[in-house]
Amino acid sequence: MAPDTSTSTVQQRPLQHGLFTWPAQEPHLIGSRCSNCGTAVFPATRQGCPRCSCEDMDEVLLPRRGTLWTFTTQSFPVKWPYIGPSDDDFEPYTIGYVQLDDVVKVEARLTEPDPTRLEIGMEMELEILPFATDQDGTEVLTYAFRPTGRQPRSESA
Amino acid sequence: MNVAIVGIGIHPFGRHDDISGADMGAYAIRQALRDAGIEWTALEFAFGGSMGQTIGHEGSGSADTLVKDLGLTGLQFINVLNGCATAGSAVAMAANSIESGAFDLGLVVGFDKHPRGHFNADASAVGLGSWYGENGLMVTTQFFAQKINRYMHEYGISRQTLARVAAKAYRNGASNPNAWRRKPFSEEEILESRLLNWPLSQYMFCSPDEGAAAVVVCRGDRAHEFTDRPVHLRSSAVTTRRFGSFEVFSPWLPIERSPSPTVDAARKAFEAAGVAPDDVDVAQLQDSEAGAEIMHMAECGFCADGDQEAMIAAGDTEIGGRLPVNTDGGLIANGEPIGASGMRQLYEIVLQLRGDAGERQVPGEPRVGFTQVYGAPGIGACSVLTT
Repeated sequence: MAPDTSTSTVQQRPLQHGLFTWPAQEPHLIGSRCSNCGTAVFPATRQGCPRCSCEDMDEVLLPRRGTLWTFTTQSFPVKWPYIGPSDDDFEPYTIGYVQLDDVVKVEARLTEPDPTRLEIGMEMELEILPFATDQDGTEVLTYAFRPTGRQPRSESA
Repeated sequence: MNVAIVGIGIHPFGRHDDISGADMGAYAIRQALRDAGIEWTALEFAFGGSMGQTIGHEGSGSADTLVKDLGLTGLQFINVLNGCATAGSAVAMAANSIESGAFDLGLVVGFDKHPRGHFNADASAVGLGSWYGENGLMVTTQFFAQKINRYMHEYGISRQTLARVAAKAYRNGASNPNAWRRKPFSEEEILESRLLNWPLSQYMFCSPDEGAAAVVVCRGDRAHEFTDRPVHLRSSAVTTRRFGSFEVFSPWLPIERSPSPTVDAARKAFEAAGVAPDDVDVAQLQDSEAGAEIMHMAECGFCADGDQEAMIAAGDTEIGGRLPVNTDGGLIANGEPIGASGMRQLYEIVLQLRGDAGERQVPGEPRVGFTQVYGAPGIGACSVLTT
């Protein structure tokens, strides 16, 4: 994944509209929060709350930082429906769940490909990055978390 | 529960180019019927599971089509599809059919024939947007790896223990003529095999394959009509996930956590059977990968979280140990033809309780057996069996 999208001149599109705010200086994931029990889900849903069945869910911007709850590598090439580089061009990547404060854990790609440099509990921050290219050359942007290198504010993981 | 298993049959698991999934199912059924000493025409009902057909795997076929090969007797035949817990679910329904008084004698069969490589899932089929798979998150092995990585962090389980579990599976598989992987691997070879999803390497995983297994079930008090060595199915429980359990294909998880559906299924199965985990002499647990066996030991109530590190190092789960687990090599050595996998577990428990397991026989005349399958997206199925 290239680290910088702001200076790019190629066409770009988000993986899916409504997953994250874009374009944005400080992007956020977009979720829903139950007006009854406060449960937050990702991505935003038009359905009811999976915890209390309440049908009144409000759209909410999720925190941009959190702590790494667990992670793994994708070391072998992934087949369809993955749209990133495949077969001989496949680039191994890492994924994990990041706990965003006490709101929700979200599953996401991580920017650090080396599992030995990832640690459960480390602080992570959201970025929007290209990870695939459409046939017409348009870059496809996904949401990913990057280690901040700082100590987490609290050990919530 | 007043239900007995009086006949068992299996088609070897692995790769078989010249036979369809349904034909493997018919093979296993005929063997189970012979074992029970009955004809197909005697059966009153059947439940059958084959997942492959629903996910586009040619050659699997629908279970109820078996009747045209075995005899169009008009019996009730119901297809069961419940992910990796398909067989556990089919057995539970068969047991309930007998318990209800509707039938006395029936059959449960499971078979599948999957293509090579990891299972590929369609996001929309599990209620997710297509973006989830496009993003590279729709690979089941990623879930297993993330669950065990968190578990290792919380409870101090080492990668060496993952390798010990896999080495045991291959060792047990080597003494099982129906297993797919029959070559032992050292712990070093397992640790150094290709990394697939940290911390899991290739030899720690099971692979999709082909196979079939079947059992003949009857009302418990009629078992002596068919065999002098019945194995009694004391309980069979199927549960789905609760809010907060960590399951495959979850774009998000809540902060609050709840136990896996396996915890509920095991507790219900033990309560219904009037048996405690300590009473179990031999267990078959879902080892989609080595970490799953470790976590399922605790989820089923056989130990506390974290105890596995010392237990496995001490050989407790080996044949001859305190609690032999996956004596036939489990999923790691047998692969996973989804519909057949849980049936294979029952086949092995019946062999062990009959004392017919040959060189992999658990010593000391085991009397209580246990099976557990786990399926996406969060289904647990457990059963307790006794002599």
